[in-house]
Order: sequence, then structure tokens, then C-alpha cells
Amino acid sequence: MLYFSKLRIFFVSLVSLFFILIASSNFFKFDNSLLNKKINLGLDLQGGSYLLLEIDNTPVIEQKLQNLAVTIKNYFQEKNIRIINLKFVDQKISFTVDGKFKKILLDEFNDEDSNLNPYYPRFKSHQLDIVEEDNVFKVNYSKQGIIELKTSSQDQALEIVRRRIDEIGTNEPNILKRGNDRILVELPGLDDPMRIKSLLGKTANLTFRFVTKNSEDSFGAEKLKYEDDIREAIVSKRIILSGENLLDAQPRMNNQTNETIVSFTLDRVGAKRFGKATSTGIGKQLAIILDGKIISAPVIRDTIASGSGQISGGFTFQSATDLALLLRSGALPAPLNIIEERTVGPDLGQDSINAGMIALFIGFILVILFIFIKYKIFGLITNIALVINLFLLIGVLTIFEATLTLPGIAGIILTVGMAVDANVLIFERIKEELKNEKNNLIAFDSGYTKSRTAILDANITTLLAAMILFFMGSGPIKGFSLTLGVGIFTTLFSVYFIARLLTVLYVSKNKEKEGLI
Amino acid sequence: MIAFNKYYNKFNVLSISLVVVSLVLLTFKGLNFGIDFKGGTLIELRSNDSKINVSALRNNLNQMNLGDVSVKNFGNKTDYLIKFENNDDKKVIEKIKLNLDKSFGNNFNFRRVENVGPKVSAELLKSGVIAITVALILMLIYIWIRFEWQFSFGAILALFHDVIVTLGLFSLLNLEINLSIIAAVLTIVGYSMNDTVVIFDRVRENLKKYSDIKIYELTNISINETLSRTLITSITTLLALLSIFLFGGEILKGFSLAMIFGVIFGTYSSIYIANTVLVRLKVSQKTILKEEDKI
Repeated sequence: MLYFSKLRIFFVSLVSLFFILIASSNFFKFDNSLLNKKINLGLDLQGGSYLLLEIDNTPVIEQKLQNLAVTIKNYFQEKNIRIINLKFVDQKISFTVDGKFKKILLDEFNDEDSNLNPYYPRFKSHQLDIVEEDNVFKVNYSKQGIIELKTSSQDQALEIVRRRIDEIGTNEPNILKRGNDRILVELPGLDDPMRIKSLLGKTANLTFRFVTKNSEDSFGAEKLKYEDDIREAIVSKRIILSGENLLDAQPRMNNQTNETIVSFTLDRVGAKRFGKATSTGIGKQLAIILDGKIISAPVIRDTIASGSGQISGGFTFQSATDLALLLRSGALPAPLNIIEERTVGPDLGQDSINAGMIALFIGFILVILFIFIKYKIFGLITNIALVINLFLLIGVLTIFEATLTLPGIAGIILTVGMAVDANVLIFERIKEELKNEKNNLIAFDSGYTKSRTAILDANITTLLAAMILFFMGSGPIKGFSLTLGVGIFTTLFSVYFIARLLTVLYVSKNKEKEGLI
Repeated sequence: MIAFNKYYNKFNVLSISLVVVSLVLLTFKGLNFGIDFKGGTLIELRSNDSKINVSALRNNLNQMNLGDVSVKNFGNKTDYLIKFENNDDKKVIEKIKLNLDKSFGNNFNFRRVENVGPKVSAELLKSGVIAITVALILMLIYIWIRFEWQFSFGAILALFHDVIVTLGLFSLLNLEINLSIIAAVLTIVGYSMNDTVVIFDRVRENLKKYSDIKIYELTNISINETLSRTLITSITTLLALLSIFLFGGEILKGFSLAMIFGVIFGTYSSIYIANTVLVRLKVSQKTILKEEDKI
């Protein structure tokens, strides 16, 4: 245990120097890509917003099932099978068929090459489940079908969320999927997420529909409220235009009325439809509806064939800007709910950094003083190893560009407190060995050997706890487990290579000295 | 040599009563869960008007129909922590801002806003409980591989003692349980295990060495032999934790306090629970030799 070859000494020094250099790149600027790495500060230290969004897929599933009911009816009609009593109850499609068609119908649903009911060989499951109860068939999405549906709506939602956040232009946003119906948004440096929250809270489903006088429109009609929640209008269910037909939208100032408006440009299909609707519907009111609320319902005075138009609705410049942004980035497939929000202002973040650094400094000094008083020259060795350990820890975190959080700083301080444990175990063991062994070298050697299992055990138990925290914890807690876990490895290195090297150098020079430790 | 073994019985009675009292507290008084686990909203405010005080702030917020609002000073006189339960109003924070600006002038800085929905808080609680359970099970497996079952039993009993008594103390003092407390509890589990394993290692070594010393004496010898290490490590760890507690800011107070309790209980339980289990299970040289014969 006590022999160090020249090569090993070189290697240990090299590794230590390397990490000290890497660690110091957090404090100095180097013109080198490797040394340009920095530890990222967590949102709790640099300030920023953390938002967890959940996609409410119920309306999507409902809508899809309603469409599916029509598809099923048409599909079997072509095969001359009449679907009777087609209904939509309890989130399920239910219907009956003549007894002699039952088998054909079930075969259509359960065929692996079915066009009606896609089969996922990977999951050994169809998209739809069909059950028969009292001669009534009930069709619903299978477990796998729901998962597919959620995944695709998550993909779409992620794209829209990214577009909306990019439009606002925040600093390096982090947008990630969580599970199959959640999206995590991290916005560093943003201390007031109010605007982003309101932008993400809107589905932005835009439709242009005619206002009808009577509710007996051939497509059906519904009563909708204006944005002020007071006025109402009956609106046809026929969609003239939707947000999908929009190419661009911008906030503008109307020079005649001095009113802020949103002007939009339509794609070719949209322009054609808009032109047709405005030519046949002169004198009618065309309602512009966003997320089930009427923004405005202007009366059509002229045919608009240019494929561009404008929306007015008593906007402020801010609300017009936001509406234009929402229209440009497109509609979410389903509503999003913010189910968790954590926002830290930049000054609290800075306060936390300062407090953490002061605590680290004072904790470090206290531990170093205590160890020095207790072990003198070997205390000094332990302390040198401890300082290098701290650099190693920061260096490793820097190489991986890990995220440092406030609990992460606590983990570093705790590592400082616990790192001396291994050296203490070794030194105490050596003291015991020296009671029976007069030869310093032999005593030191067996001290190292005999304490090894205890040190290993002790570190493995802490590592286990850190690992569980890493995999189960979230955000800041992950930061804590990371520093604690990495700290274990750097501690073992500093104890077995650095402290031991120094110990060897000292002991071999003072072989004959009594009461060495 | 300190005769730790003289007090084995007394401290066992003490530990059992502590655990029972903690369990009673946990059952009837319960834990003061923070918004991480209960759901709700937390706002940390800093005012730059020293005339504003807690009761004025509380009265103002109580008029907003937020349900049960708690307002406390946080760290110093101009910092406040406001907490209230889940609210369906998505714009509640905006409204509070407007309301405070109207009543007290534009004097507030919203330093921190946290809002945890009921679904998320339930999940966080569940994963916290799972994390602690998994940690205990992994520790059990680890020590079961490393030592004989009597040792594992002692170590796990010590762990349960530390976790239960620490939580009991949190219940008694009505301290808030949040995510960082889970991290603290898990670290305590690691620390307590670490401490126990070091003493057990020595017990086993001594069991091999001396066949004629009874376990009652032998544990005492082992505790004494490892005592200086136990104390030094506890002291350095406590120095580090004390530094976090005193200088690390308000947010880390609960975490460091839980850890301080845990380190003290962990050190105590390694001596007075883990070892007494060995004594009560009459561990002898045969116990460890039998195991080695099997291999």
C-alpha cells in the first residue's frame, strides 16, 4: 500500500492539475474549447421559471372518437352492412348490427391488416378495442391506441410550445417531454412568467364562421359568448376558415380609426374560400372565434379576394402582438394546463449563491482547522487532499457541464464534512497499529490495508443513497445527489492517491521518528 | 475505555419510547407538509417599506378569498413567506400583485413564486415515499450481502429509528416537510448506515480475534476502538452542516436542520441500537464462522 512508482506520482499530479485547470475555467476566461466549459447554474441560482405543462387530451380523444363514428358508419355502408343506433356514450362509440353481420364486423376489427383498425405489431395491440355487450357493440381506444394518440399530441404540442417561446425570444429555453402527456419548460433568467403563462394557456384555435339569425342552420349552430363574457351571438358550425389557413399575422395600426388591429395573410386555399364566402355573404356578419369566444363579428361589405384581412376587437398593442404571435405559431392540439410552476427572481438567486459560498467557505475553514488541530502534520496532508478534492469535484462537474443548484452547493459542503472520514478512519487505524508495531512503515501499511473495507462500505452506502436521489428526485434535489455522488469518487481519489502519496513521502523521510501520528 | 454497555438497557428503553412517541406524533399530529407535497402556492416577498408588517399583509390577503393564507417573516423583517392552498384561479398571482400594489404602493419584489398542483404534489409525495423505501431496501440488501443477518437486522433497526425519530421531531416542532427534507432523510440513511457499518466491521474483526470475550464486552471494545473516528467524523460533518444552517440562507435551513438531527441520531443509534441488537441476538464467534463455512 505504501509504494508509489514515479509513473504513478506523475499520473496523480497530472490528473490533479488537469482538474484544477478545468475547475478554474469557471472563474477565469480561457481561449480554449475544453477550458471554456462552465458549470451551469440551476434556475434556483440564476433565477428563472420552471413550468410543467400537462396536455388535457380528453377533448382530443372525444373529437377523434366522434370522427371515428362517422368513419365506421361509412366503412360498413360500403360493404352493405347497416350500422344501427350509432351513439356516443361515456367516451365510447356504441352501435348494433343485424345478427348475421356480427362475425364479418368483428373480423374487420380484429384483422391484423385491417384498414379500419390499425394493428401495432410492436405492441401486439390494435388501435381500437371492441366489445359486445347485450348485442350492442362498444368501440373505444385500446391502451396502446391512447398512448399513440397522446404521444402524437405531445409531439405537436411540443412544437407549438417551442414556436411560441421562440417568438418571445427568451434566453436559451429548455423544452422537454415528460411522460407522454407533459411538457417541461425551463426559462432561465425569466422572473415574470405571466406573459408566457398566458400565451401557453391558450389553445389558439381560430375559426371564421357566419353569424346566423336562426338556430336552424343546416350545419347546426351554437350560441357563443364574446370575449367580454356578456354579449352573445348564434354562430353556424360551418367553418369558413381556420387558423391552419393562415400564413402570417402581424399587429398593425389602422390609420383611419387609430385602432390596433391584427392583419393576416391567408394561404391559397384560404384565400379562395375567404373570397367566395365574402362574395356570397355580403351583408352578413362573419364571426372571428378564438378558443370558443368571439373576438369580433364584422359585417361583410365587400368581396375580399386578396387573401388578406384584418381582425379588430378593441386590442391594446400588447394583446394584438400576443394574438398575432399565437396565430403565427399555430394552434395547440389540446389545451395545456400549468400543473407546477417555480419561479425564482434573479436577486434571490444571487443571494442564494452568496449564502452558499459563504457557508462553503466557513464550513471549509472550520473543518480544516479542526482536522489540523487534531492531526497536525497529517491534518495538513488531509487538508491538502481536501482542497484538491474540492477542485476535483468542481472540475468533474465542469467537464460534464452539470447543473449546480442550491442543494447542490449543500452537497459540496456536506462532501467537505464527510470527505475527511476516510482519512480519519485510516489515521485512527494507524494509531492503533502503532501501539503494537514499532516500525512506522509497517504500521502505516497495515493501517491503510485494514481500514479499506470500512471505507469502501461507508462510501458505497452513501453512494446508494445518492443514486436513489438522482433517479427519483427532481430539479434541485438532483443537483444535490449529483454533487454528493461525484463527491464520493473524488474523495476516494484524493484519499487513496493524493493524501496517501503525501503520507508516503512524509513517512519514508521520518521512518525512525517516534509518535509520528 | 468508556463502558457504553452499562447503559445498553437504559438507552434501549429511551429509544423505544422515542420511537413510540414519534409514531404517536406522526399518527395523531401528522407532518407539516409544504406545498411540494400538499399542493398550493408559495410566494416569497421582499418589501422595501419597513412600515409594512406581517399582520397588515395578512389582513390584506385575507380579504382576497384565497382560503387559508399563512403569512410569516422569512429570515429577516422585510422578507415574507406567503402560502395558501390550491386555487382554481389561474391568474391568482397577477391579482395578488395588483392588490398589494394598490394597498401598499409598488413596494414589493416577488423573489420566488412556487405553485404545485394537486396531481403533482401527490406524485411528489408518492415518489418521495418510494425513494425512502427503495433506499432502505437497498441498504438492507447491501448489508445482508456484506454481513450476517443479525448484523443486517441491527443496522436496519437503527435506520428505522433514525428516520422515525427525525420525522417525529419534525412533527413535534411543526417544521415543514418539503422535497429537500426527503433528500436530507436519504442522506441520513446513508450516513447512519455508514456509521453502523464501521463499528460492525470492527465487531466482526474482533469476533474473529477473540473467541472468549462475550458479545456484551466485545461490542463495547469495538465501540471504543472506533470511538475517536465516530466522533471526529460526526464533528466535521456537523461543522459543515452548522455552517449551512447558519450561513446557507433560509431555503436550506430545514434541510440542514434535518441533517443535523439525523447525524446526531445516526451516531447514537449506531452505538446504542445496532450494537444492542447484536447483544440481544447473542451473536458469537460461531455466527460469523458458520457463515464462512457455508461459502
